Amino acid sequence: MKIVVCVKQVPDTKGGVKFNPDGTLDRGAMLTIMNPDDKAGLEAALRLKDQYGAEVTVLTMGLPKAEDVLREAMAMGADNGILVTDRVLGGADTWATSTTLAGAIRNLDYDLIITGRQAIDGDTAQVGPQISEHLNIPVISYAQDIKIEGDSVIVERQYEDRYHVVKAKMPCLVTALAELNEPRYMTPGGIFDALEKEITVWGRANLVDVEDSNLGLAGSPTKIAKASDKVRKGTGEKVTLDPEEAVSYLMNKLTEKHVI
Amino acid sequence: MNLEEYKGVYVFAQQVDNQLSSIAFELIGKGKDLAADLGTEVTAILVGSDVKGLADELAAYGADKVIVVDDPELKEYRTEPYTHAVASVIEKYKPEIVLVGATAIGRDLGPRVSARVQTGLTADCTVLEIGDFPLNPIPGKEQKHNQLLMTRPAFGGNTIATIACPDNRPQMATVRPGVMQKREKVEGAKAVVEEFNPGFTPDNKYVEILEIVKSVVDTVDIMDAKILVSGGRGVGSPENFKLLEDLADALGGTVSCSRAVVDSGWKPRDLQVGQTGKTVRPSVYFAIGISGAIQHVAGMEESDIIIAINKDETAPIFDVADYGIVGDLNKIVPMLTEQIKAVVKK
Repeated sequence: MKIVVCVKQVPDTKGGVKFNPDGTLDRGAMLTIMNPDDKAGLEAALRLKDQYGAEVTVLTMGLPKAEDVLREAMAMGADNGILVTDRVLGGADTWATSTTLAGAIRNLDYDLIITGRQAIDGDTAQVGPQISEHLNIPVISYAQDIKIEGDSVIVERQYEDRYHVVKAKMPCLVTALAELNEPRYMTPGGIFDALEKEITVWGRANLVDVEDSNLGLAGSPTKIAKASDKVRKGTGEKVTLDPEEAVSYLMNKLTEKHVI
Repeated sequence: MNLEEYKGVYVFAQQVDNQLSSIAFELIGKGKDLAADLGTEVTAILVGSDVKGLADELAAYGADKVIVVDDPELKEYRTEPYTHAVASVIEKYKPEIVLVGATAIGRDLGPRVSARVQTGLTADCTVLEIGDFPLNPIPGKEQKHNQLLMTRPAFGGNTIATIACPDNRPQMATVRPGVMQKREKVEGAKAVVEEFNPGFTPDNKYVEILEIVKSVVDTVDIMDAKILVSGGRGVGSPENFKLLEDLADALGGTVSCSRAVVDSGWKPRDLQVGQTGKTVRPSVYFAIGISGAIQHVAGMEESDIIIAINKDETAPIFDVADYGIVGDLNKIVPMLTEQIKAVVKK
């Protein structure tokens, strides 16, 4: 079985957020991690590999330094890493990103594609389903469990108040929730091997069946009109009081505001 | 693509088990505002099996027109037949705006539809308005009017971005549940109802549902609560949540919690407030023993009054609290509960 896992290098939001003058994110200026949902997706793929045997290829699109997340994935146990990087791909929205990733995946043999549900920077949850549409294969989003049965994948698909047990013929794309599993750590041997391994680097020329007009900032249907740090409401009162005083302070406020 | 051909505000009227979801009415409510600005109407897209009877309810909440796509293949939500239904409606009727709820269904359906009809989609919007793009005229660049401006938080609420989709139609957005206002229900209101079936032929993309497991929800939805008493890791133990439950009872409120509490297995996930949980906007939000990580704050900062109790005076929750108490929750909370009970009894 061949599994492709899409991962994204995301800014660690604890480090703060920085913008380019055009309103797009200045990803180069922020600390980075492997997106948590994607890491759960990778772990799911590695467990399928442990259980059924599989070749796991990790794919990312980003700046050259996104190679770091591929090395991390390979140190965890992924077999191959592919970095799609090209100046013309910069500033892509979810539509252009999914078009790019689908163009890269068309080079590969695959039974299963796993992406994270959403990335912690954009929080859109759109790229996985959009890749599946471009590739004309089924998608099962929000997976909380993934099993293989013959040529099918069986997934517990989470909804707000229920889950569906869904069966799809492979090839299929599944989007993973962070709560799917607890990702393994890199092993020292794995880290050593990962540094030895070759990472495949692709550019625009390697994308299959993709038009220039659908790539990067220019090929993105959505455009940023304005981006800014959120204006937060000002800090209110902060008091340090004995418990009795604290309670009467709160009682006054609750009465004043007609809560009680 | 001739953009002028695309007219009207369309909303996906989500139903589950043949019951309309609240988000359907919220989208109609917002859709009416946008339609008024554009001088057009709101059409609800109702997709399911045996759902035609729900059209009147959509009308009662303000839909001018309802397009019903009714087919046995649409009984339960599945990505492919629902995508085919909505994409076919878009291809036939050419709406200028399509709104979908940012629910577990809509966040799967929206992207798939947008990729099929080749347009942009903005996720999890919290503000929608009609305006110009670019916002201000730029010499040498056409400024387009009557554009849908979609505002959404990103980076766990750290930033907000306003997004337009100037060159493609429809302009599509998923909209966060609980943010837009429904209209007052008008019993007996009628909408133009039109049935449309594009034909459903199962192929490899039609997944098979083997089993449906409903989780037993015995708690109030925290998104509907007027008063929330929310606890974090600082509460100390699952048993100690009793203090918060007592306070909630005294105020007629509901208990909610932070992610740390869910991750520790103290409370179920449906009580979680925050970026990966629910967005809440109660009249009063008590943050008790919650440090106030950005992901938590993103889910509660719109609350009218925020009261924080925490023993760590440097906790970031104090940056968003209206009233912050640095102190021991174990002493303060039970005493507060007693005093509130005494007042309420009177």
